[in-house]
Amino acid sequence: MSWWRSRRTRDVLFQAALLIGVALLIAAMATNAIATMERQRIASGFAFLDNTAGFDVIQTLVPYDESSTYGRVLLVGVLNTLLVAAIGIVLATLLGFVIGIGQLSSNWLIARLCRVYVETLRNTPLLLQLFVWYFAVLRALPYPRESWNLFDAAFLNNRGLYLPRPMPETDFGLVLIGLVAGVLAAVWFSMRSLEQREKTGQAPPTLPVNLALVVLPPLLVSAGLGFPLTFSMPVLAGFNFEGGVVVLPELIALVVALATYTASYIAEIVRAGIEGVAKGQREAAQAVGLTRGQTLRLVIVPQAMRQIVPPLTSQYLNLTKNSSLAVAIAYPDLVSVFAGTSLSQTGQAIEIIAITMGVYLTISLLTSALMNWYNARIALTER
Amino acid sequence: MTPRPPPHQPMPGPIEWLRENLFSTPLNAVLTLLALVLIWSIVAPFVQWALIDAAFEGKSREDCLRREGACWPFVIERLGQIIYGFYDGTERWRVDIAYLLLAAGLFWLTFPRLPGKWAIGGIMLTAYPIAALIMLVGGVLGLPQVPTERWGGLLLTLVVAVTGIVASLPLGILLALGRRSELPVVRWLSIAFIELWRGVPLVTVLFMAANMLPLFLPGGVTINKLLGALIAVALFSSAYMAEVVRGGLQAIDKGQFEAASAVGLGYWRAMGLVILPQALRLSIPNIVGNFIGLLKDTTLVSIIGLFDLLGIIQAGTASAEWATPNTAYTGYVFAGVVFWVMCFGMSRYAKHMEDILKAGEQR
Repeated sequence: MSWWRSRRTRDVLFQAALLIGVALLIAAMATNAIATMERQRIASGFAFLDNTAGFDVIQTLVPYDESSTYGRVLLVGVLNTLLVAAIGIVLATLLGFVIGIGQLSSNWLIARLCRVYVETLRNTPLLLQLFVWYFAVLRALPYPRESWNLFDAAFLNNRGLYLPRPMPETDFGLVLIGLVAGVLAAVWFSMRSLEQREKTGQAPPTLPVNLALVVLPPLLVSAGLGFPLTFSMPVLAGFNFEGGVVVLPELIALVVALATYTASYIAEIVRAGIEGVAKGQREAAQAVGLTRGQTLRLVIVPQAMRQIVPPLTSQYLNLTKNSSLAVAIAYPDLVSVFAGTSLSQTGQAIEIIAITMGVYLTISLLTSALMNWYNARIALTER
Repeated sequence: MTPRPPPHQPMPGPIEWLRENLFSTPLNAVLTLLALVLIWSIVAPFVQWALIDAAFEGKSREDCLRREGACWPFVIERLGQIIYGFYDGTERWRVDIAYLLLAAGLFWLTFPRLPGKWAIGGIMLTAYPIAALIMLVGGVLGLPQVPTERWGGLLLTLVVAVTGIVASLPLGILLALGRRSELPVVRWLSIAFIELWRGVPLVTVLFMAANMLPLFLPGGVTINKLLGALIAVALFSSAYMAEVVRGGLQAIDKGQFEAASAVGLGYWRAMGLVILPQALRLSIPNIVGNFIGLLKDTTLVSIIGLFDLLGIIQAGTASAEWATPNTAYTGYVFAGVVFWVMCFGMSRYAKHMEDILKAGEQR
């Protein structure tokens, strides 16, 4: 067979052609982009990040005002996205596990109800659900003067949820140090007791000890310092509330929509995970005399988690990515303030879209790296 | 040992059934009662609002303001817009034909007894989109042209969804094969492409299509907003489709490829004639699952200013012409039911296919 017909040569040539093709495509796009940007007088490069943005943002976790830069806008947007994602993930997990286990309830009605929840939320668009929460449910809340009052501490009305704002005094840092120390001690203790259990089969009661280790140090420190934390309470003044901290309706709608929607997917994952544990495992656990609770805690859940965790992480990622729907109700997330407002002001589409996508890509890749590490850790150790 | 016949079990009576399934323990009894209260507190007000207190007849918002419940005249009066968008009234028969052909094709594909699934599937993925495109755009065969700015409502939703499906199947299959290829350049390019689109939200891809794509085109060429959205959806959904097809490919025994090679088939013929037909058959439930996600995701095009089914209803609820306290709820309930029927139908079909495939395995 002559050399030019050999498979190896063909493979190399094909790949070289493919690379050249991709390179040409990118080069053509870049040339066009440079020409268009010169014609439309659009600046290029990342210098704009130091320019003054000049617009206000309704919710910022770091100090920000109209004289802040576009770089600051980016930070504000990323933090707002992460805030929604973090709250949403916690709520979605709780709700998802409850409904997932509910689907397996021996109570026919509860199982049906959970099933209806899953089928309703999974089969309608998230954007529609977000509209329902924001434009229909939250709009129907009362005006500030007729707020729903929870123990005079929290107020819910159509301007948002007003909560007490914690006001740390100077020594509060010591309390936080106490908390960190407590958590570290609890982690150390858990690892010790796990080691002991694997060696001897006996383990000290971890839960009460851990609870004490986490709660007591900060409590004692703060009692010793005379409780260096006060709260600023929301108080009705005129037509609106003063003091406290307000959770914007946009944030509430987005978090509720994301959490309830994602919970329907998590519920299915949890159900499949628990159903996936072999029936013999439950029977064997009962045969060796474990109680129902012990069976669930020591036999079923650890095995189900192995099946649940990988798809669960991808749901967390989906929730984070879906938080970009914020732009539809003007919650100031990364897409809304950066890829939206900043882009239309500067016109630097390529840089801004690239940065925005880069942020999401980084989150995605970091999460999958973390998940691979976790998977390797909990994978079945075959002996 | 001969298997013993199963013990005779009488059908439980309704009382027994209740005791076993709803009131087996005190906790279960409490849960049952709580669930009943919950169901009643949701269903009763909803029926009251949607049927008893609702306005059904009328031409304007005044007719709705007189009633406490749903404002159905809003949906009825705007039905034309919801189905056809702003498509010219006298030309709407063209949309009807496109709808009918789609319905006929889908019926053929889902109805188990009808033969020639692969052929019909092929037609729906190639000839149908081209015919529908010519039909809808017009400008040839004596059909007046209808600019895409006038497309909207269900029409736009289906155009985006069908384009996404039609483009993502072949692209996704190529990418899935690429990701499993032995050629490193092909493999790495496929992985980069797939992970890039899967790692970012669709909203950013749509923003990219709307703001960044026009910069990449040669001077003087402008891009239609709808076309930009279609490209974005096609790229995005093909990455997801690639992963679904890859799952199917992984389930095929390596021996199949070796056998195909042994009888002298090259790579493409082995894939096309032996591996892919099996892998795709296995992937049908997940492919349909992907379509459900795609159909729901089409609503996001309203974020870049296209009026899809949800977008046109949202615009209607916000208009002064229909400003009533119940317009938004009514519009959302209607949109929800339409999407739910389509998505639930597809998910039932996926479940049905899964059962058939499972039964095939156990034989």
